[in-house]
Amino acid sequence: MSGVLTLAVELAWWQQTGIRAVLGLVAVLLPAGTLVYLFLFKMMSFMQSRLGPMEAGPYGSLQLLAEVGKFLQKEDIIPEKADRIVFKAAPFVVLISTFLLVIVIPAGPDAWFIDVDTGIFLALAVSSISVIGILMAGWASSSKYSLLGALRAAGQLVAYELPLVLAVIGVVIQAGTLNVQGIVMAQATGEIFGWGGIGNPFILTQFLGFAIFLIAVQAELTQPPFDMPVAESELVTGYLTEYSGLRFLLFFIGEFATAAIFAALASTLFLGGWYVPGIDPTSDLFNVIGPVILLSKVILVSFLIFWFRFTYPRFREDQLQQLAWKVLIPLSLANIVVTGVLKVVF
Amino acid sequence: MTAVDDPRRLAYIAGQASDARVNLEIETEGMTLNIGPQHPATHGTLRIVVKLDGERVMRAEPIMGYMHRGYEKLAEVRTYPQVTSLVNRIDWLGSFANEVPFILAAEQIMGVEAPPRAQWIRTLLFELSRIANVVLFLGDMGVQLGAVTPVFFAFRDREFVLNQIEAVTGGRFHPNFDRIGGLKDDIPKGWTEETKGVLGRIRTFCDEMEDLVTGNEIFQARTRGIGVIPADVGLAYGLSGANIRASGVDWDLRRDGGIGLVHDKLDWKVWTHPDGDSFARYWVRLQEVREACNMVEQLLDGIPSGPIMAKVPRIIKVPPGEAYVETENPLGVMGYYVVSKGDLVPYRVKIRSASFNNISITPWLLEGTYVPDVVSILASLYFILGDIDR
Repeated sequence: MSGVLTLAVELAWWQQTGIRAVLGLVAVLLPAGTLVYLFLFKMMSFMQSRLGPMEAGPYGSLQLLAEVGKFLQKEDIIPEKADRIVFKAAPFVVLISTFLLVIVIPAGPDAWFIDVDTGIFLALAVSSISVIGILMAGWASSSKYSLLGALRAAGQLVAYELPLVLAVIGVVIQAGTLNVQGIVMAQATGEIFGWGGIGNPFILTQFLGFAIFLIAVQAELTQPPFDMPVAESELVTGYLTEYSGLRFLLFFIGEFATAAIFAALASTLFLGGWYVPGIDPTSDLFNVIGPVILLSKVILVSFLIFWFRFTYPRFREDQLQQLAWKVLIPLSLANIVVTGVLKVVF
Repeated sequence: MTAVDDPRRLAYIAGQASDARVNLEIETEGMTLNIGPQHPATHGTLRIVVKLDGERVMRAEPIMGYMHRGYEKLAEVRTYPQVTSLVNRIDWLGSFANEVPFILAAEQIMGVEAPPRAQWIRTLLFELSRIANVVLFLGDMGVQLGAVTPVFFAFRDREFVLNQIEAVTGGRFHPNFDRIGGLKDDIPKGWTEETKGVLGRIRTFCDEMEDLVTGNEIFQARTRGIGVIPADVGLAYGLSGANIRASGVDWDLRRDGGIGLVHDKLDWKVWTHPDGDSFARYWVRLQEVREACNMVEQLLDGIPSGPIMAKVPRIIKVPPGEAYVETENPLGVMGYYVVSKGDLVPYRVKIRSASFNNISITPWLLEGTYVPDVVSILASLYFILGDIDR
């Protein structure tokens, strides 16, 4: 497997790199835009008995462009007492973690960016880089609201990193590999008690892990019910308070792109990724339809994420720490033990 | 790490160590945070200066007056009928209820009584404006705790109530409808039936809120046992309305005070809750909306026929005298102390508004809570800025 470009024509290095960069941008921005339009604009509106954007394009589908245009035109305000360099760098640090996350997720048997044996480990490791960006933003803004929000975010993200990782371990035990492509293949070629009709999507055996993973993702994204760091009714918008214009847009893209990528991770780990039953998992067809299948699974998973987001009130900071340490971590440890025992038995 | 071998440096470190406190608890510097005047949680321009230690509130001090409009003074240069258009704007969400106590006070000095039909319709609009007001609170509490959806339901269903108020009075927010000796107009044809339909929607809304908000575990975790006001403290701070009833004090001026309105002719219940926490305040208000729906239904069925205006002179001159009338408004007890010197205009009007007293408990209540709870407690106290600053 030579990565994203297994073409008949051999391309020069710069051509390959150029195409990879463009595809990377597409892989980050397209799902993010889809989620913003589908869920933030439309589903949220329908849940709240409104229509949402209706004017820009059919059913407001071009509203996204209008929003981006608006943010680009806005003045980039930097507070007078801000630490200018750190303040300017913070959104990019958050985005870096997003872009690094996307490279390990395969969208077909050959359609992926890099092949690392410890893919899922890499993904979980780089996802924590965003904490640094958030802390930078909170500290450099020289605003009390930002500082409170950033510290809350740091505490929360560190706490929920653990259940996130522990929930994945069950999958890794079952698949027998850390390689993300290997996990997809394990699901595609797996059998349920000798019946291989639909493969063996790990959500069937790892349902607890899936639930814990989704809850932890919700907290990692700082979305309701875990949005204490950006609690708009008390901290204005937490670490985002002082950001405007393009830099706010970068944070915004980061938030939704990360939501999409975590949803992609969840669907890769638990729902079979780019695979659908009925087609040979090694066929080249998946390189074409794989991305579409993955995107539809992403939409399915992120529907859950955003459903919670629009329905629940938020936990208090100490309550959400208690949930992480007293409920989720013991549960996920128990999940690992049970999975390990069953792996040996079967 | 390298070992320190410079003797002067060693002596310095030893000196520092001897100066260090024996008390191992880390001393931290407090932080002063201005919540407001522009802040999403104060829905208006209330400023609360909180002294924080980490996330814990050491001291909280509400500073009001950013929206003072001087209605008491302005009322001294307005004729009696003109004053109602001012006081409409005190509690802007339940504006008709603001007019009632003032008109009742003026009627008391003049010795006029509104005819029964006017009293019934007055009570009807009074309760409708309570629904319009408190429905918004039921949704807003969700927003303050981070759930955005309930408030949109609240705005959606409040609109129907406002439409009914508009159909009678001609104003959605500022009806200016109450007159000394009765009301400006009668209710329009077919309005009774429409209002009954609206009551159905409000009841559905209450059930929705019960499912979506009160039944939610996170909401309960955020409000149960938070911001507990014991009954004696609440009474000492002059709390009124649902805030004091949620502390278990069975006191409602609609039942216990009652002049000029016809609540005593209706079959209803005063809701109380023993806990006194944020959840109790929410729960009591939710029940009160339902109770108000029952009241409106009975009022609609029982409106007597007859005139809606008593015989009053065209140009109203109030004889010398003074009166204090208070009613149970949506936010709590609202009272007007009116002094007349026999002029076209009142000599002095003192307004006792509910939120001003309700907010006065915040320094006592917020001390020792966490920042997130500040928001939920303030939301559950339910104040309206116009009602604080007047």
